[in-house]
Order: sequence, then C-alpha cells, then structure tokens
Amino acid sequence: MSDLWAIETADLRKAYGPIEAVRGLNLQVPTGSIYGFLGRNGAGKTTTIKVLLGMARPSAGRATVFGLAADAPQASVDIRRRTGFVSEDKELYDYMTVEQIIRFTAAFYPRWRADLEQRYRKAFELPLDRKVKALSRGTRTKLALLLTLCRGAELLILDEPTSGLDPAVTEEVLQALVAHVAREETTVFLSSHQIAEVDQIADHVAIIHRGQTVVTGALDDLREHFRRIQLVFDGDAPEPSFRAPGVERVLRKGRVLTVLSSAGSKQIVDEAQALRPVSVDVVPVTLKEIFLETVASED
Amino acid sequence: MTILLRPNPSSGVPIYLQLMEQVKHSIETGALRAGEQLPGIRPLAEELVINPNTVAKAYRELEHEGVIELRHGAGAFVSANARGKKLTDKLKAAQPIVAAAIERLHARGVTDEEIRRLFEAELAGVTKTGGRSE
Repeated sequence: MSDLWAIETADLRKAYGPIEAVRGLNLQVPTGSIYGFLGRNGAGKTTTIKVLLGMARPSAGRATVFGLAADAPQASVDIRRRTGFVSEDKELYDYMTVEQIIRFTAAFYPRWRADLEQRYRKAFELPLDRKVKALSRGTRTKLALLLTLCRGAELLILDEPTSGLDPAVTEEVLQALVAHVAREETTVFLSSHQIAEVDQIADHVAIIHRGQTVVTGALDDLREHFRRIQLVFDGDAPEPSFRAPGVERVLRKGRVLTVLSSAGSKQIVDEAQALRPVSVDVVPVTLKEIFLETVASED
Repeated sequence: MTILLRPNPSSGVPIYLQLMEQVKHSIETGALRAGEQLPGIRPLAEELVINPNTVAKAYRELEHEGVIELRHGAGAFVSANARGKKLTDKLKAAQPIVAAAIERLHARGVTDEEIRRLFEAELAGVTKTGGRSE
C-alpha cells in the first residue's frame, strides 16, 4: 500500500490490435496533488484513464491506484469505489431533473457529503427543476462535477473537464477544484489540452506524446529549470555538442543558436562562452512553450 | 480580501516565488507589518485560484528565510525578528539603484521585456560576453 503515490504507472502499454495507444508511460502522481495530464488529442490520455479505472486491460507494464493493481478485478472495484470520475462527454441521465439526478446519485454512495452538496448547489446556482437534457454545456459540467465531488472520493479523475466551456465557467470550475482540494484530502488527476488551466491550478504535470511521457515533474521546478538560451555569433553559428545536462533541443539558424534547457542555463552558458558569441540571452520558458517544444516538433 | 495579487502562471517564474516576492514586497511597503497575520493557506489558494500546496510551499520557504513565522494551528505571521528587517533595509537601499538603472535604460529606448532579459542573462553569469560596449 503506497500512500505516497495516488497513481503510479511503470512502462505502461496498451495496444488495440496493431495500434499502440500507450507505449511506455511512467507516472507518479503524489497523493494530495492537482496533477495536470497534458497531451494533444490522441496522445493516449483517455486510454490511460481507462486503464486506471479498470475499463481497459494493459498490454504490458504496471498501473496502480492507491497501490492497488488496476487490472486486478477485486482491486479495481475498490479503486472505483474510492475514485470519482468525470468523463469528457459528462454522461448523465437526460430525462431526470437536476434535483432528481442529485437524489438518484446520492443514494448510491454511503459516504455522500450532504454538506458539500449544499455548498455546490449554491455555488453553482443549479436550476433544480430543469431537465438535464435542457442544461447548457457549462451547467451540465457543473452538475457532473457536483455529483462527483460529493461522493467523498479520495481521487478525482477528470477527463478534459473544461473543454468547450466559456472562460467564466472555466474559472468557476477551477475555483471549485482548488477549494475542494484545499478542504478535503483529495488528489485530482486532470487530463487536459488546455495548458492555461493546468498552468494555473496544477502543482505537478506530465506531458505525454504518442503514448509516452516526455516531461514530468513539479510545475514550479519546470518553471525554475527550463530556460531558452539564445547565442548570437559574428558569423555562422557553430555546431556545438554540449556536455551540460538538460540540453533538450539545439536549433541553429544563420548566426543564431538557440538552446532549450531543462536544467537551468548556467552550465550551458559557461560552455557557450568558449564559442565566443557576441551576445547571450537567457529567457524563462512557459509551460505552453515546453508543451509545444516537446509534442509538436516531430510531426 | 487579501493584499496579495494573482500570480501570473505563464510568466515562467515559479508561482511560489511570485508569492514570496509579493509577501516580501508587502512587508517593504508597509502593507504588512511585523506581527500581522497573513491569510490562511486555504482561503488564499481559493481566492487566488492557485494550488494550496503552492501556497504552503511559499509559506514554508518564507518561514525558512525568517520572513514569517508559522504558528501551529494559528496561522502565518510576519516575523518580528531583525533578520527580516535587515533584509528589508538592504533591499530598500538597492531599490533606487535598480530604479535608476531602469530609468536610464528606458531613456535609451530599451523596453521592459528587454530589460528583463538582460537581468536574466546577467544573473545567469553572462557578464563577460556583453561585447557591445556603448
């Protein structure tokens, strides 16, 4: 039983016939974190979530939730009992009213939190008499979130929770998640391609690309260590081979050499001095840039 | 309502560092005084819509630097000790130097963004290379 990691995967693989949706995924999601799971459409985010929830069997590797093997049937029941999940399309019974679906859902969960229900009913201003099918996208999302937050789950897995929402509703949803994590002992695993929202509320992230983890870590560490170093030379830029650790990418264009580093700039700048550049610029790199640099370039 | 502003997640500066700077700045300007209480971790995280763990980290680091005291169960308070004050005096003395430098750079038409990059490059130890003497 591991208390440290709410979710852990090691070299996780999942193939559908000849297509490998996940091919070597390594995640360690700290208990109590808001974990941003970033990737482009089709990167393998939803497949990973399916494996975690026991809806798909891994082809190879390991996936555990609360230290329990996600592909063991009995453990999976326990995992699902302790985990709240909001799917991307927010499946809800359309024929019920808001009030009815809240009562209906509450009946399934012995640990239903009536106090939280009251809070989110108020905060989200839900129209209790309206039919679910008549709700706007934003209201539907808030309802799905209420139904999940009130379960008293230790882990929330949210698949693209804010996709298609306007900025005001997005902010409301993020606020509710932050408030929830601040008050309850909950881990949030949030898959998204909305970098701005992950940037705002997550403390840890993984960026996945074509089924593999390309960047993982504490978000503030990434902000601290990723740097772009631009060297300008008198003539054509040389083709250096840096020994410094953390060189992610070197781009040479005319007189300009740009280095993307994941381990600060000091050592690279020190090495670069020997090449006698006429100017050296060091700038921080945003999460969005890290994302674009690591997932977009190989296409 | 707190005196702390929303950090900018996309500035490339860690959010906990932005929060630390804001608290220090508030102490320098007198918006926060010795012995005064800072907002709790939860309410502050909710108000700024940022991760509570990030607020906790900023508070821990500030405590480590002697800027604030975390009293168990009671919350965070601006530290009354001399070290915090000395730090403030040092920074107060440094501020006009920075202000003057920035003013001169502005006068030469250097933009804020360029100034930021120059500072970053200097701090990264690029002092010897700035080849273009003017």
